[in-house]
Amino acid sequence: MVARVGVILFPGSNCELDALEAIGHLGGTAELVWHGDRSVEGCDALVVPGGFAHGDYLRPGAIARFSPVMDAVRTFAADGGPVVGICNGFQVLTEAGLLPGALQKNAGLKFLCTTITVRVETTTTALTSLATPGDELRIPINHFEGNYTCDANTLAQLRAEDRVVVRYVDNPNGSVDNIAGVCNEGRNVVGLMPHPERACHRLLGSEDGAVLLRSLLASAGTPVA
Amino acid sequence: MVASPPSSAAVPLHRALGLTDDEAASIEAILGRSPNHLELAMYSVMWSEHCSYKSSKKHLRTLPTEAAHVMVGPGEGAGVIDVGDGIAAAFRIESHNHPSAIEPYEGAATGVGGILRDVFSVGARPIALMDPLRFGPLDDPRSRWIAEGVIAGVSGYGNSVGVPTVGGETVFDPTYQDNPLVNVFCLGLLPKERLVLARASGPGNLTVLFGSSTGRDGIGGASVLASAGFGDDAADADKRPSVQVGDPFEEKRLIEACLEILEAGLVVGIQDLGAAGITGAASETASKGGVGMDLHLSEVHVREAGMEPFEIMTSESQERMLAIVEPAKLHELLAICEAWEIRASVIGTVTGTGRFRILDRPGGTVLGDLPASSLDDDAPLYDRPRQEPAGRAGRMADRAEPGAPADVAADLLGLLADPSWVFRQYDHQLFLNTVEGPGGDATVLRLKHPTTGVDTGRGLALTCDGNHRWCALDPRRGTALVVAEAVMNLACVGARPLGLVNCLNFGNPEHPEVMWQLVESIGGMGDACRALSIPVVGGNVSLYNESRGRDIDPTPVVGLVGILDRLDRPPPGVQLRAGADLIALGPEPRALAGSRWAWERGYQAGPAPALDLDAHAAVAALVREVVMAGWLAGVHDTADGLGVALAEMAVRSGEGFRVAVPDSDYAWLFAESASRVVACVAPGHGDDVVRAAAAAGVLARPLGSAGGSDLVVEGLFEVSVVTATTAWRAALPSTLGH
Amino acid sequence: MLFSVLVETRLRPGIADPQGATIERSLPTLGFEGIRGVRVGKAIRFELEAPDETTALAQATAVTQQFLINPVIEAADVSVAVTESV
Repeated sequence: MVARVGVILFPGSNCELDALEAIGHLGGTAELVWHGDRSVEGCDALVVPGGFAHGDYLRPGAIARFSPVMDAVRTFAADGGPVVGICNGFQVLTEAGLLPGALQKNAGLKFLCTTITVRVETTTTALTSLATPGDELRIPINHFEGNYTCDANTLAQLRAEDRVVVRYVDNPNGSVDNIAGVCNEGRNVVGLMPHPERACHRLLGSEDGAVLLRSLLASAGTPVA
Repeated sequence: MVASPPSSAAVPLHRALGLTDDEAASIEAILGRSPNHLELAMYSVMWSEHCSYKSSKKHLRTLPTEAAHVMVGPGEGAGVIDVGDGIAAAFRIESHNHPSAIEPYEGAATGVGGILRDVFSVGARPIALMDPLRFGPLDDPRSRWIAEGVIAGVSGYGNSVGVPTVGGETVFDPTYQDNPLVNVFCLGLLPKERLVLARASGPGNLTVLFGSSTGRDGIGGASVLASAGFGDDAADADKRPSVQVGDPFEEKRLIEACLEILEAGLVVGIQDLGAAGITGAASETASKGGVGMDLHLSEVHVREAGMEPFEIMTSESQERMLAIVEPAKLHELLAICEAWEIRASVIGTVTGTGRFRILDRPGGTVLGDLPASSLDDDAPLYDRPRQEPAGRAGRMADRAEPGAPADVAADLLGLLADPSWVFRQYDHQLFLNTVEGPGGDATVLRLKHPTTGVDTGRGLALTCDGNHRWCALDPRRGTALVVAEAVMNLACVGARPLGLVNCLNFGNPEHPEVMWQLVESIGGMGDACRALSIPVVGGNVSLYNESRGRDIDPTPVVGLVGILDRLDRPPPGVQLRAGADLIALGPEPRALAGSRWAWERGYQAGPAPALDLDAHAAVAALVREVVMAGWLAGVHDTADGLGVALAEMAVRSGEGFRVAVPDSDYAWLFAESASRVVACVAPGHGDDVVRAAAAAGVLARPLGSAGGSDLVVEGLFEVSVVTATTAWRAALPSTLGH
Repeated sequence: MLFSVLVETRLRPGIADPQGATIERSLPTLGFEGIRGVRVGKAIRFELEAPDETTALAQATAVTQQFLINPVIEAADVSVAVTESV
């Protein structure tokens, strides 16, 4: 039984087709879920893709969190379903309160599209179960607001509970504690700024993102070859 | 009966609107009466240089435009070529020079928005942008302000709208001090059968305007912004209100809605609203379809109360489209618009009269009434006087090259600049196509079917090129050299050219010397394209690029699209591999005239670099052959000089080299040639490359070998990879900030 | 009654403000000395229909807290003024 991954499409999302392609390339099946839908029925995992949902107007993710589909996403996550927010999707999940913290403008005040290296910090999450702790992965980032921030208590809690999922090896954007991705308490909701779907094909310079998306497929119930 | 006759004023209104007395007389002859304000405003925007190409059209017609794979040539929203597997590629290049000089961020942003609409209005999903940018020197604060604003605008709009910016150029030179060149190229893909053109037909069909609301932004923009040079700062400030503001989120939804509408076959014709707003889009679709149209201004959704008819008709508000729809399909079209939160309204009907009529409301007063074709077909065409600049022969004969450099290494490092400061700000990876991104010789994209996503196993190659120095010395040969360089850039990634678009950035065409440059340049482009079998499928002309009465150097920019027949590994790239042999392939000019090194040292004379188009074709074919055979570990063209080519290969790969040039002559490093490459030969293939070169009749000169921690040209200089890399990386951030 | 509302958002104390810091750093090079504590925020204006000022302020504050700011990083001042009495 191949799991079905739902990729949430907001007006202004733009990495949804890339997510479909990469998941398909790795042997999964994925389909788009329109932001106006009130149900994610039939999905075994959800991806909130990158882009500029609702133009990123007001703040990235600020309007998207009110889309009708987000109630279904909340319920799905509360029931333990795997949910991954990539880049703008991470911003949406923090705005929606599914993940702690917030993403601010990059410290350099410039948009950054470049390939960076992240270190896998924990493998007990929906996105990293097939990775090895300490793995260094070359994955592109592509954001203006990727500078992760949270208050000191939250940071202490994230550390204590091993909820920093990936860290930048060379911090590109000023994120606190080099954080590139975090998970929720249940470890089934993960948000990260790097784009694993951009690093799954040998012609694109890196295939290091594949282990992350394969982990997601595995957590959704797809047997991994 | 037509309302509101023109008032008499001290300065005749037509002149204030940029129309000559002769043009005003033509309008009277067409109408058989005096035009009213609204009609005059519509003629003035449509007959502006920007919309009518009245100074250049006659000459552009000399360019070769045909080939078996050309589906749509010049004159439509975008050129379209068949790239196989049922896929067509639509592409176009445009300038947004004058708006960007006044408001760099929005000027560049709306330039991106406009070119995207040209491409998706023929049914293609935009998949790639490129931005050839030219600014004044970075030690000038205003040039820095313009450069930072333009780059931020491209980044802000392009990233948000969700189309990757995969290439471009960034050039700094005093000739662009007050008049930057912001050219924007876009390519989209469509299933061949989905091609839609801007044609109205079928009286009774409806004219639907959808997208953003219509405001006062850009009123008179076409004639004021596109046709006037720039003077003092106060005048610039006055022009500021007519700059349009872009909304990439609206555009993104417009792309998705349009492609859905076109996929469902819901429209007869469709066109984006460009420089002449509703006037241009509506009259052109009517004129090309041989029909008439009635428009009802009350149905146009306006942003501000009290807008005058001429304001509504000439507004350049962004993110708007106009479609011709059969009444039975209207409901379905409106439903798609609603899903994407796009505002749509029926603003008119197609008529069989051939008249273009503006009414205040359905069945209401006629505010303007003119032959639909007159705005487009009857626009004046000029064969303006042209004259070779005085003293040119003497300058061509000038051989007073600069003396030998005191420090060859310093001069060479001064020519290096890592462009990643620019393209890191652009999403250049979206859609998972980018195999070779910005910064190399040419961009390489995987070619996937635009609707099924099926990978063809082939690739598209794109490049943008221009060189004002070569063209200033000799616009004819210089332009041919630019085309040749583009072809060589494609060859370096293994691609053969399929089609070219041009953006002709020139000064004031009323100056006979500028007109001469333009005509010579078009001639050179035609020569090169014919010799290299490249059809020209579209173009844009930007004239009046001048500041304080000084024309810019002639700057034709070309966008060239090619195909890789097999894409199963990345191209060799601009890099070195330790231990590999380095060979120069191609003829060996040593003339310094036109080189950046000589130019920046005050030698702005002499003949442009030599070019033999047949020999060039042979080198390009050879380079393609050895690249596709997998015999190279790295390759780079020498259009920026052999020294820069070697140094860029070194700093991009972190490998040094040791080479020798004849007589240890520094000119070997700085002379520029479009017909030559440096090949870093993959281990074991040296004989293959040399044999292939001999068979092609191309000179192959062993230079030395790659590897080591230093860049060494024997007898000339030696510098560490670390030092060179630092200089290369720091060039832009040191003036533009981290 | 119609009220005009002004919401001024700013980053909470302790949240890094790279835009503010960049502006502050550039001031001396432009010849402006002695300026400190530059913080960048947003001003959002709208009109609101409410029976009285207390209600108007409460509603404006609610929309601000729930939507206009992200309380993780931002704080806001909300002010209302009567623009028109019906």
